[in-house]
Amino acid sequence: MQVNESFRPTIVAFCCNWCSYAGADLAGTNRLQYPADVKIIRIPCSCRLNPLFILRAFQRGADGVILCGCHPGDCHYTTGNYYARRRMTLLFSMLDYLGIERERTRVEWVSAAEGAKFAETMNSFVETVARLGENKRLEDLRCKSE
Amino acid sequence: MQKIGVFVCWCGSNIAATVDVQAVSDALAREPGVVFSTNYQYMCSQAGQEMIQSAIREHGLTGVVICSCSPRMHEATFRRACEKAGLNPYMVEIANIREQCSWIHKDKATGTEKAVILGRAAVAKVHLNAPLTAGQSPVTKRALVIGGGIAGIQTALDIAEAGFPVDIVEKKPTIGGKMTQLDKTFPTLDCAACILTPKMVDAAQHENINIISYAEVEEVKGFVGNFSVKIRKKARFVDEAKCTGCGLCTEKCPQKKVPNEFNLGLDQRRAIYIPFAQAVPKVAAIDPDYCTMLKTGKCGVCSKVCTAGAIDYKQQDEIIEREYGAIVAATGFEPISMEKFGEFAYAQSPDVVTSLEFERLMNAAGPTGGTLLRPSDGKHPHTLVFVQCVGSRCDGGEKGKPYCSKICCMYTAKHAMLTREKYPDTEVYVFYIDVRTPGKNFDEFYRRAVEDYGVHYVKGMVGKVSPENGKLKVQASDLLGGRQMHIEADMVILAAAIEPDRSARPLATMLTASMDTNDFFTEAHPKLRPVESPTAGVFLSGVCQGPKDIPETVAQAGAAAAKVIGLLARDYLTCNPCVAESSELMCNGCSACEKVCPYGAITYIDKEFRGPNRTTLVRRVAQVNPAVCQGCGACTVACPSGAMDLKGFSNAQILSEVDAICK
Amino acid sequence: MQERVKAKAIELLESGACTRVLGWKAGEFFYDVTPAVFTSREEVERDFVFGPFCGANLSKYLIAESRKGGKVGAFLKPCDTYSFRQLQKEHRVLRENVYAVGVQCIGMCDIEAVKAAGMKGVVGAEERGEDLVVRTLYGERTMERRAALAERCQVCKSKKLLDCDERIGGQGEELSSARFDGVARLEAMTAEERFAFWRGELSRCIRCNACRNVCPACSCEKCVFDNPASGAENKAAADSFEENLFHIIRAFHVAGRCTDCGECSRVCPQHIPLHLLNRKFIKDINELYGGYQAGEDPETRPPLVDFRLDDPEPSVVHERGRKG
Repeated sequence: MQVNESFRPTIVAFCCNWCSYAGADLAGTNRLQYPADVKIIRIPCSCRLNPLFILRAFQRGADGVILCGCHPGDCHYTTGNYYARRRMTLLFSMLDYLGIERERTRVEWVSAAEGAKFAETMNSFVETVARLGENKRLEDLRCKSE
Repeated sequence: MQKIGVFVCWCGSNIAATVDVQAVSDALAREPGVVFSTNYQYMCSQAGQEMIQSAIREHGLTGVVICSCSPRMHEATFRRACEKAGLNPYMVEIANIREQCSWIHKDKATGTEKAVILGRAAVAKVHLNAPLTAGQSPVTKRALVIGGGIAGIQTALDIAEAGFPVDIVEKKPTIGGKMTQLDKTFPTLDCAACILTPKMVDAAQHENINIISYAEVEEVKGFVGNFSVKIRKKARFVDEAKCTGCGLCTEKCPQKKVPNEFNLGLDQRRAIYIPFAQAVPKVAAIDPDYCTMLKTGKCGVCSKVCTAGAIDYKQQDEIIEREYGAIVAATGFEPISMEKFGEFAYAQSPDVVTSLEFERLMNAAGPTGGTLLRPSDGKHPHTLVFVQCVGSRCDGGEKGKPYCSKICCMYTAKHAMLTREKYPDTEVYVFYIDVRTPGKNFDEFYRRAVEDYGVHYVKGMVGKVSPENGKLKVQASDLLGGRQMHIEADMVILAAAIEPDRSARPLATMLTASMDTNDFFTEAHPKLRPVESPTAGVFLSGVCQGPKDIPETVAQAGAAAAKVIGLLARDYLTCNPCVAESSELMCNGCSACEKVCPYGAITYIDKEFRGPNRTTLVRRVAQVNPAVCQGCGACTVACPSGAMDLKGFSNAQILSEVDAICK
Repeated sequence: MQERVKAKAIELLESGACTRVLGWKAGEFFYDVTPAVFTSREEVERDFVFGPFCGANLSKYLIAESRKGGKVGAFLKPCDTYSFRQLQKEHRVLRENVYAVGVQCIGMCDIEAVKAAGMKGVVGAEERGEDLVVRTLYGERTMERRAALAERCQVCKSKKLLDCDERIGGQGEELSSARFDGVARLEAMTAEERFAFWRGELSRCIRCNACRNVCPACSCEKCVFDNPASGAENKAAADSFEENLFHIIRAFHVAGRCTDCGECSRVCPQHIPLHLLNRKFIKDINELYGGYQAGEDPETRPPLVDFRLDDPEPSVVHERGRKG
């Protein structure tokens, strides 16, 4: 596959407030680099992520969406990430079923202590999405700037 | 339309080095609704805060965006500052352009571009923010301590001393816990009973302490400051108020063949019993599994001999319902079962005992009256082999526990030393993986066992114990000597790993407190908040949080008490205003939200709505208790109609951020 | 069968057991049978039909009917009873106001299947044993009844009548069916092929909302697609994204609650196989979280408001894909 060097993907990362957002902060504190293509949205818990938010991101021009939450068993709200896990599994499966590239979505559990994991995750996700190129299959032409 | 002020922080050079702060504040000044935009060296400083406050007043700002460090760092600071200037604190949003921007990017153009986008997302969100007011909930000024061991007793005493009433719920008929079964305590070798029983009496006599023994917590509802707890007080078939603890019944009861759990089954007790002489409360209890009267209706001896008329065969379990402001888990531990350790022949020979059983065999109040005798034949043992780490530090965790039980090295040294001291004619071997003795006077203690008492410490594990001709053949490896050892022992003592009491797991579920994979309660923070559970209002005391010895347990018990006192000293708690709310008009009443709510914050009511043509329709609709809701948002996604939304993180707010980022 | 069902309807009305009954009546054509409420013997005798084209699932109407006061009689086929129970589970139908008559079913016919068998000028049809006798402008023709069945009836999951006050035609069994084969065929395709397939299907969507309106699980007081505040509002799909969005969100909202009654596909005027979306979720749920049939029992937690500690991670989607 040809990789377009100049293409910079737009990545939305939903991070739960208690673990992954803190993990992202830790990545920053430790000056661990990852591409600026990643923009983080803070949500209280991974279970706050409505599938609609993911679809909206793709509609508005995102090329990849990732959800980060506390590791299963460590949810600040005890059970939130378990629900998120089922919801995202089914949603991703449905997107895949509709023929949308399955690598555009991901869930990763990142604790507040895993700054390095956060940076690594973002680096690998950006690389994967960049390789896929622009999101075409879930795009909304009206939302394209050109 | 909001009037939004944007404040971009340089954070010295932390942000300014990789983000063109002037460009960011200029770019954001052009965003819709932004009426004021500036940047400053240190927004969090006094001068920075004043800058924000004067802008709020001068420009009549209705919303504030601060582009700075993580909201985890200074969101509270900025909210307070804005509140002082008359702005609702929840009209403030932080764009994290330090940890999540300037610190991770090197190229200034990239950093600046990203900072602008993050700022835009925050501006977009503030447009949809609404002023929120934190509610207050009153604090019930009573604490519940679950578990009446040394941890629970100490916590209760400290809370009671501060003037707050405390209930101790203990599942056994007496408080005291594991420490009552110990003989002497390391490293000072003072007798456990001598230091513990006065504390038990103090607890019983304290005007602020109420001991609910032979009882278990059955249900916990509510939240910090307002827990409602159901406690099942099991029928003991003896009226606690009438029983004088004279013990006559326990001597006359004809059912003599009941394994005595206090002595770990090494001897027998009656069907009616007082666990031990210093029990608190000193009240008899009838064991319904063995009592002939309860099982067959024929006997009644205890009732006849009881001059106080305290025996009540018809007694039922009693449910006590009480309100508490704080709950302390002090559920303690159990030694693990030796079932899976067939190589040590625990099940085959009565002379293979666990360390806790050994405590009883050494104890003056134990089955042998304190003389060390072999359980099999009552003879004096000459060769004793102690095996450490039985089930502790096990890889894989199939058979044992991955963690170090922490207390075994010290009590084994104690046992070895005491044996040698009392019976100089014995040979004592200790097999160990490592000897771990950090603690005040601990290593000195261990060295005394080796150097002064001549205990043979051998690095290596015992491979097999086989009972043969009344002896125990012990096969072991001496790793330092590089040889196999064969010892003919009279007794083998296993330092069994400790595990959290089995009641801890269901309790954690009731408390919505989290546990690790080993069933130890998890702390709110492993270093900085070691005695609090992540669930507000639930505190941790003693081994239920992790293995620890008595001094550590007492210290932690006191720390938990201090936290409880701090909570109970307050009249009101401020609630988190970012809670879920349900739109009655859209709610289907389907219960999906209720099912995913971890706090039981959602209830349903049948509500009347006006239908067409002056009719009335009754619909089932959800209601959120804002004092109970913690704002996770699980319900918002479970709700298909979108009736459920989360204040502060509403669908519209998050979507606006998405839009701003993806533009 | 029609006579027994009609007799029961009249009995319920005349005995006073019910103030009205919910059944089917013929529409403009004999095959577009529609749900209807009957209040008198005359109405029942005149309009009530029960035959090979009574595919409509009446359970959803009970949300409103069970709240109108008095008792409503309802005739429910096996698959309708699954929806009926699911709606009770969601507190949508007030069971005490419903007299449920289970009607055993031998599968409903699809007029498209009849036409596809070469029947032209069809004016009527009736079952005769294993055959379907089709009256046409050109005389009577006979076809194998099986061949005329709707897709959902060919892969019928259950003939069990759940939660009925009485039954006509006896109790049936759960069946093992090949209903997931269609999903499996799609899963076996490449992503590109699937994308092309679904574009071909979903691009025909005219957003008439028939699927939503007929779906017993889509019973929200206010649908997110009609609610300007929901962030999902759209009245008509403007482009491919919105075509996808509507169907993804709709399938997601009914996931774990959809009983697979197949009404969505039956009513779609564009013949989009919408059931393939819902069945995908059902298949995934069965495979990932253990077998679950919505509406089967009143107690079990629906899979999306439940979890197990050892649920598979979302990456299972990628891994499965890699294997396939």
